[in-house]
Amino acid sequence: MSVKVTLPTALARHTDGQKTFASEAKNLRGLLAEFDAKFPALAQNVKDDSGNLRKFINVYVNDEDIRFLGGDAHQFEDGDEVMLIPSIAGGRCGQRRFLTLPYDEIVLEGC
Amino acid sequence: MSSASLESACTTVYELRCNECGKSFGNRPQSACDDCLAPLEVKYDLESVRGRFTRESIAAGPANIWRYKELLPIPAGYQPDLPVGFTPLVRAKRLGKRIGSNNLYVKNDAVCFPTLSFKDRVVSIALANAQAFGFDVVGCSSTGNLANSVAAQASRLGLKACILVPADLEAAKILNTQVYGARLVRIDGNYDHVNRLCTLIADEYNWGFVNVNLRPYYAEGSKTVGYEIAEQLGWRLPDNVVCPMAGGSLIRKIKKAFDELVALGLVEPKHVKFFGAQATGCSPISTAVKNGRQEIDPQRPLTIARSLAIGNPADGPAAAKMIRATGGFAEDVSDVEVVAGIQELAETEGIFTETAGGVTTAVTAKLIAQGRIGKDETTVVCITGNGLKTTDALAGCFHQERAVKPKLAEFDAYLRETDASLVNVSSSASAAAKEEALVLAGGAR
Repeated sequence: MSVKVTLPTALARHTDGQKTFASEAKNLRGLLAEFDAKFPALAQNVKDDSGNLRKFINVYVNDEDIRFLGGDAHQFEDGDEVMLIPSIAGGRCGQRRFLTLPYDEIVLEGC
Repeated sequence: MSSASLESACTTVYELRCNECGKSFGNRPQSACDDCLAPLEVKYDLESVRGRFTRESIAAGPANIWRYKELLPIPAGYQPDLPVGFTPLVRAKRLGKRIGSNNLYVKNDAVCFPTLSFKDRVVSIALANAQAFGFDVVGCSSTGNLANSVAAQASRLGLKACILVPADLEAAKILNTQVYGARLVRIDGNYDHVNRLCTLIADEYNWGFVNVNLRPYYAEGSKTVGYEIAEQLGWRLPDNVVCPMAGGSLIRKIKKAFDELVALGLVEPKHVKFFGAQATGCSPISTAVKNGRQEIDPQRPLTIARSLAIGNPADGPAAAKMIRATGGFAEDVSDVEVVAGIQELAETEGIFTETAGGVTTAVTAKLIAQGRIGKDETTVVCITGNGLKTTDALAGCFHQERAVKPKLAEFDAYLRETDASLVNVSSSASAAAKEEALVLAGGAR
C-alpha cells in the first residue's frame, strides 16, 4: 500500500526540495512517525512539543479535510493523496522590483 | 542593504512577526511563520509614531482611511488616491428601541467606497504592498465582497487580477467582479476549497494573493474600522462591539486598533467587550466560544450568509481567544433570523445591508435579549456590506403589488384595501370629489 504525500514549498526545505513523495503510512500517526524516521527536520517543524501535528497545519486526504474523515482514526487507502497545508499558507519570495523602503531587496531574494 | 539594516529599518516602522513564537521576518510577502507555521502579523514600534499620530494630525488628514496612515503598513512614499472608508457611524435610536438598547450605533460600511463593503479597506492596503513587492498579477479567494474590491482597485492601479470564488456565489457579486475586467474563476466547491486552491496557486505562481501571501498587510486595513469608531464617538471607546465573523480577522483588528489608540494616549483606557456574530449554518467560531474552547472544529457551510461562509476560519482560534478574554461572547442565528435582521435594520434605520449585516443585527438583538449587552451601554454594530449584492436573500419576502390605475379614486381604494393606516381620513372630502377638483385644475387625466 502506498499513498502520495504532498508538501507546500515552505516545508519542502526539510525534504531536500521534494514536494511529493510516496509513503507506506496507514494513517496520520503513521505518517508523522515516518517523518521522524526519514525527515527529522520536517517532523520537528510540523509537530508541537507534545508530538501532535501543530494546530496551524491542515491535512487533506483526496481533497477532504481529514477532520471530516475522523482525524487520527482515519485509515489511508492505497493511492490516496495526502496533502499538508499550513492553515494560513503562502509566502513566495523572489519578486523582481521594490519601489521603496522599508523593503529590502537583498534579504527578500535570499529567502 | 544587509539584513542588519533591514532589521533596523523595520523596527523603526513596522515588520512582520510571528504571533506564536515572536520570530521577526522584516517585510515580505509571507503569511505564516517558517518555524511554527503560525500566522504572521504586522507589529509597529508605537514609540516611533508617538507625537506624529495625534488627534490633531489625524483631523488634519483627508476624510478617509489615509488619515491613519501612520499606523498602516504602507510603503514609504506611497501616495494613495482612493478615498476609501470613513463611513458613517450613525446613532441607531429606532433600531435600539426595537431591540432594547438606549445607546446603539451602526458603523455603516454598506456605503464604503469604492465597492460598498469593508473589504475596500483591506484591499487598498494589500494592493499598495503588492505594487511595492513587484507583483504584476494580484488575486484572492473570495466569498464575493473581496472579489469586487480587488477587481475594482486592481483596475484603477493597472494590475491584472485573477479572482477565485465558489461557483454558487450570488449573481450580483459575480457581475460586480467581472465588470472591472478581472479574470473571475468559479471553483466547483465551497470557500474553503477555493481558499485551499489559492494557497497552492500562491505556492507556484508569482502572484500577490491579497488574503494569502499578502494577508498580514491586508488584515491591517481592518484596523481603520476601529480608529474610525473611536474618532466618531468623540475619541472615546464604546462598551461593546458586535462584529460579523467569517475568517475571524476583522474583530481582532478592531481590538488592535483600540489598543493602539490607548497606548498612544488618543483615548482613555476602557474595557471593551467584543461580540462575534455568525450564521448557525456556518458557526465554527461562535460554537467554539460558546463551548469555552479555542480549538476550531471545521464545518461544512450551509447558510444564505455566504460572505460569512468560511467553515475553516484562519483566524478563528485567535478570535475565539480574544472574545473570551474581553468578557464578550459569540452567538449565531438561523437564516430566517438573518432575513429578519436585514429587514429590521432597513425598516428602522434606512440601511440596506447584505446577509452578513442581517446576521450581525439579529445577533445583537439576541445578545441584548440574553442580557449579555446592557441596554444603556454604548454598543457599536459593525455592518460590513451592502444589501444590493444579496437581493436574492429577500426573494419571496415581498409580493408583487398589483398595478393601480392612475386615478385618485383607484389609489384611494387600493390604500384602504392594503394599508388603511396611510389613509388620511380626517381631511377627506371624498376621493371622487378630490379627483373632480383635480380635473378642473388640469392636474389629473
